[in-house]
Amino acid sequence: MNSHYATSQGLHVNYEIISDIIEQKTKVLDLGCGSGELLKLLKDKKQIIGRGIDINQENIIKCLEKGLSVVQGNIDEGLKEFLDKSYDYVILNQTLQSTVSPDFVVEEMLRVGKKVVISFPNFAYWRIRFYLVFNGKMPKSKILPFEWYNTPNIHLLTIKDFIEFVQKRDIKIIDKIYMTRAKIRKSLFHRLFTNLFTEEVMFIVSK
Amino acid sequence: MSIEIKFPQNSVGLVETKFFDINDEIELESGVKFDSITIAYETYGELNETKDNAILLFHALTGDAHAAGYSSAEDKKPGWWDIMVGPGKTFDTNKYFVICSNMLGGCKGTTGPSSINPKTKKPYGVSFPVITIEDVVNVQKKLVDFLGINKLYSVAGGSMGGMQAMQWAISYPEMVSSVIVIASTSRLSAQGIAFNAVGRNAIISDVNWNNGNYYESSNAPDRGLSIARMVGHITYLCEEAMHKKFGRRFQNKDVPDFTFDVDFQVESYLQHQGEIFVDRFDANSYLYITKAVDYFDIQNKYNSLENAFSKTDAKFLVISFSSDWLFPSSQAKEIVNSLMKIQKDVSFCEIDSPCGHDAFLLEHEQQERIIKSFLNDIGGANE
Repeated sequence: MNSHYATSQGLHVNYEIISDIIEQKTKVLDLGCGSGELLKLLKDKKQIIGRGIDINQENIIKCLEKGLSVVQGNIDEGLKEFLDKSYDYVILNQTLQSTVSPDFVVEEMLRVGKKVVISFPNFAYWRIRFYLVFNGKMPKSKILPFEWYNTPNIHLLTIKDFIEFVQKRDIKIIDKIYMTRAKIRKSLFHRLFTNLFTEEVMFIVSK
Repeated sequence: MSIEIKFPQNSVGLVETKFFDINDEIELESGVKFDSITIAYETYGELNETKDNAILLFHALTGDAHAAGYSSAEDKKPGWWDIMVGPGKTFDTNKYFVICSNMLGGCKGTTGPSSINPKTKKPYGVSFPVITIEDVVNVQKKLVDFLGINKLYSVAGGSMGGMQAMQWAISYPEMVSSVIVIASTSRLSAQGIAFNAVGRNAIISDVNWNNGNYYESSNAPDRGLSIARMVGHITYLCEEAMHKKFGRRFQNKDVPDFTFDVDFQVESYLQHQGEIFVDRFDANSYLYITKAVDYFDIQNKYNSLENAFSKTDAKFLVISFSSDWLFPSSQAKEIVNSLMKIQKDVSFCEIDSPCGHDAFLLEHEQQERIIKSFLNDIGGANE
């Protein structure tokens, strides 16, 4: 599913950030794991016990070729085969916006994982806002390259939306990382106007 | 040596079926004690010094020990899984010592209903005890012991072979490092049992079956057995595969005969499959083996799948095929989900295929990529 999302450079940075977050020798479940690059990185760098889930047959085979444990499945059907808090981390990297029921998926992740890592493109990023205002069309960008009729990103959201979402559900935000143009942004300017100037965001949450 | 040149380069070449006699008595699941069992088996590749590179393969319903290579220089057809077994192939005989045996109850060298009962000097017929998949595995265990192997690198099979692979992990968890289950199930559906029942009925209602005593007669229940095979072949294909293969076309003609002879291509195909089958298979074996498949239910037997697999630390690979309705993906997922629930190492792939259940013998390219990678990584699991 990661393939829905563009720029390899952006993803690479993204992987590095996640790899910094994940602690050594923990159990990690990667939902929508794609061809397994992130899991492989985590296995090599952090000696994690990892498992991936992806819907695509070719991705599954590529994961197996990397020596990963991986199961073909649809995360929108839930994680019922996983016990409560059986993973240290459950990751949903750049996939939340393509799930059919994001609320259900997030609740399931929080049930199975002690910590949950969720990243998504921020639809309130100023360039996206400008695109809509000045072009009058559904915004497209490097990380959102699709047309309105063929996009897998059916539940686009903003940082504000997500914060509102977790507050309503008593979900605790442990950390948040803001990125713009594949770089982490921590300046005061950014912190004042995060929703406007952040291109993509990563939340670490728990319940 | 000149005959070896005939065989394809990636073939294991000329092979020989060997026989092993079990000397001890085996208690079957039904409680019946059974002795004088002979196992027919073949091996390919070399067992390494540490004896940890052995892979045990299981055949499906009507297979045999001859999984790969050629039985004679004149042999035109290689073993039933030759496409997967050989130097450089999925089950790479340059790396692994591959074993395949004919199952208990079969008719290809291992003791079955057509074998001579040493006590009566006559074929067993229906006096042969009813067997289960667990019995079949217990007999294989004797062979593996005889070969001096304490731990199998992998056990692998499709369809009924997948049932045996799972039973190995359950019965002998300490002996199995990895399990490959292809197009299989933890229990056959009522629909599957129904088709097997029709097959058995066809055999039993053939007058030549004669309550299983036909070995000394000139007439075997060929009619019944061929109908059983025809029913079987319907279940191995799917609607799409049948449509593609035959459509509504007539056999060698454009207009129907207006008789009850074979008109349609699909009729002709089934008839042919039935006819060639009776030459290579024993009707009583068909009864016993289909019954063993029907009885197999590790959910019920061990109270739950989680319980069944609780003792194994093997790495699992489960493969299903999208158009297989006899052993559907949903049943493969049941196995996968229960293994995940008890936190076992399992991978699962549903291969997209229009070939129905037969896909497990046909779709070798994807299977090769999947299984090769999986086998490469078993070492890591044991570290």
